[in-house]
Amino acid sequence: MKRITIDPITRLEGHGKIEIFLNDAGGVDNVYFQIPELRGFETFCEGRPVEELPQIVTKICGVCPGCHHMASGKAVDAVFGVQPTPTARKLRELFYAAHYVHSHIAHFYALAAPDFVVGPTADPAKRNVIGVIEAVGAAVGTEVLKHRRYAQEIQKLLGGHQTHVVMNLPGGVSRGLNEEERKGIEEKAKSCLEFAKFSIKIFNDVVLANKTYVDIILNGPYSLNLYSMGLVDENNLVNFYDGKVRVVDQEGKEHCKYAPNEYRDWIEERVEPWSYLKFPYLKQIGWKGFVEGPDSGVYQATPLGRLNASDGMATPLAQEEYERMYATLGGSPVHATLAMHWARLVELLYAAEHLLALSQDEEICGDDLRTPLTNTPREGVGIVEAQRGTLTHHYWTDSNGIVEKANIIVGTTNNHAAICMSLKKAAQALIKEGTPPDQGVLNMVEMAFRAYDPCFSCATHSLPGHMPLEVNFHAPDGDIVRSVRR
Amino acid sequence: MNDSTKNVATPPPVPKKKLQMAVYWGAACGGCCVSVLDVHEALFLVLEHADLVFWPIALDTKYKDVEAMPDKSIDLTLFNGAIRNSENEHIAKLLRQKSKVLVAYGSCAHMGGIPGLANFSTKEKLFQRVYKDTESTVNPDNIRPQTSYTVPEGELTLPVFYNDVKPLDKVVDVDYYIPGCPPQTERLVDVFKLIVTGATLPPAGSVVGVFDKGQCDCCKRTKSDNKKIKKFYRPWQIQDDGETCLLEQGIICMGPATRGGCGARCIDANMPCRGCYGPPPDVADPGAKMMSAIGTMIDSDDPMEIQEIVKGVVDPGGTFYRFSLPSALLRRTVQ
Repeated sequence: MKRITIDPITRLEGHGKIEIFLNDAGGVDNVYFQIPELRGFETFCEGRPVEELPQIVTKICGVCPGCHHMASGKAVDAVFGVQPTPTARKLRELFYAAHYVHSHIAHFYALAAPDFVVGPTADPAKRNVIGVIEAVGAAVGTEVLKHRRYAQEIQKLLGGHQTHVVMNLPGGVSRGLNEEERKGIEEKAKSCLEFAKFSIKIFNDVVLANKTYVDIILNGPYSLNLYSMGLVDENNLVNFYDGKVRVVDQEGKEHCKYAPNEYRDWIEERVEPWSYLKFPYLKQIGWKGFVEGPDSGVYQATPLGRLNASDGMATPLAQEEYERMYATLGGSPVHATLAMHWARLVELLYAAEHLLALSQDEEICGDDLRTPLTNTPREGVGIVEAQRGTLTHHYWTDSNGIVEKANIIVGTTNNHAAICMSLKKAAQALIKEGTPPDQGVLNMVEMAFRAYDPCFSCATHSLPGHMPLEVNFHAPDGDIVRSVRR
Repeated sequence: MNDSTKNVATPPPVPKKKLQMAVYWGAACGGCCVSVLDVHEALFLVLEHADLVFWPIALDTKYKDVEAMPDKSIDLTLFNGAIRNSENEHIAKLLRQKSKVLVAYGSCAHMGGIPGLANFSTKEKLFQRVYKDTESTVNPDNIRPQTSYTVPEGELTLPVFYNDVKPLDKVVDVDYYIPGCPPQTERLVDVFKLIVTGATLPPAGSVVGVFDKGQCDCCKRTKSDNKKIKKFYRPWQIQDDGETCLLEQGIICMGPATRGGCGARCIDANMPCRGCYGPPPDVADPGAKMMSAIGTMIDSDDPMEIQEIVKGVVDPGGTFYRFSLPSALLRRTVQ
């Protein structure tokens, strides 16, 4: 058995390793995607005062700290049986819209765009964000960094720090907004909305106008027939901050729609001995292994998963783009993994529209920031949509609000099985028997992985735009017979 | 340029060797790497002065490439994240060997950080919770991740998960510490400027990228010299007035046991400091310092009443050592 080892996978937010086993003919036999690290937040949240958790759990991830802060803040509200005041809720949503704008902009330009703007098999030295800037102009590069900065500045203002935010208290937030600050946010939001529209235009001009790319998206080896998961509001429209989790099957039929505190009726997690990260699956369907189809409990919780699981978007421009996407790709649900990039831009548009609307909301500068607490703390679940998947925090406390137990299912974890399967499918289709793959082929394998924007990927913050691969071809005795790098 | 120099030909700039720089993470969240990227548009300016030779978040360089570099060929390495497993330790030792200056960057490398709170527990308890007892986990066969496991196609390996979290200086010699969770980008830029201008660096072992004053001196809130309180409150039990020292209002704030450097950012957002910048220069142990600070504040001489007031400080261990347990005198709980 020959094998390909990619270790460490660089440009990841966290650590990762891919093992590709080849059969004797040189085709792909199996692929393992391993997470070699664990920190164990569930354990050391125990014993802490529950109101401290929103600040502690941001340290799970420095790329999506705001998601953990919000899911945790909501779980703490639930522990105390309290709802935030209208102003507090809007301030949280305002922060969260900025968090999405920042993350989705950076992912599209730094990671996704190089494959399409520069080309999937282009010279790797050019296939990065610098190459994108060369192709579309330096002014665009400056705009990308500027709008990422705008979004970071909004988060910093509301949350004390742009990364490890500290705004949530049980029943509300620690800090309000004054009129001058609101105006500043409104101006930045207007600019972000224009930039989101411009990003859709780039996707149109560069990707959709190119028949080859559309063909790769629709007919390439990038399709997985999975269940789709996402948070929706009462009208089944996509919502990042609140609502119920809806799962639809491969045909778009509703499998379930659950409130946060019902998650254990629908989701279970499995442990494999070869990865420190667990594998969630749909409980009612069951774990059938790394396989597709309606009989397998594997699901995706991604931008595309969210759009598939919804009936539309809550803002006009995003809704228009949502309709155009499904009209172009043959109706919902879409199972083409690379359509994730388009879905992410639809979400960027929604986040920017939502950001602007909230910045103009008449309640946003209100001074009623916290609902008084009257209940004895006990147990609570908080769910938000992280950029990289549905995020669940569940806490149990004693009557004094000291944490007894915590359970956390992180965004990317939902997609652990799906990522393994996407990699295997792409590798099997692209790495041909008898022909060692060149860098273009390896990049196209990697595109299957990158579409998920996995949280251990440095999706939002990498400057060069591709994940490097180093492939060693091992003879059955273990000697390296050939090495390909890019 | 004045008149006398106007016509003098400008000599071509002497090609200066760029700073060879590496950034690496151990057990980390990525926030430290983000703090480097938060220079925003100035990133291109940084790249004019420095070649980044190893940075897994952004560059292709593999471990093997680092192994092939001559010893001491990297001028400056920023190591963020704690030492949680065998891979973290291996790379820490490798980078020590290859680097002239090794910096413990951020709270985790500096003191163990938030992941270091795991030292209140053990590896076995942690695995039992995560892989067996968590309420959504179904694992009747009690499967645990294995450092070596044979699948039908061959052997798969994982790093060894240690029982204890350690700060960087427990496994290698560290030249400097830049604290913070994450460090303020402005402080990093200060240190960076110092290095590229060739200024004399402080003695090895120094904490850099910080202010000379303590956190309380950076905090804008009004303070009295004689803090006295009758009761401690948790942040949700009281309406903070937004102006008075949080401790004086009875909210536990780590200001007295914390070095200045962040600009009191959390306090500016009306939330108490949790000490991510570590203790001030004259303080060996932040927990001991906080206990003494609180002791002097309690407004009572009655032992019973004092005991009652102190009860209001919930989770002193997890609060006073929020970021520093593995480097504190306490280091971990007895197993």
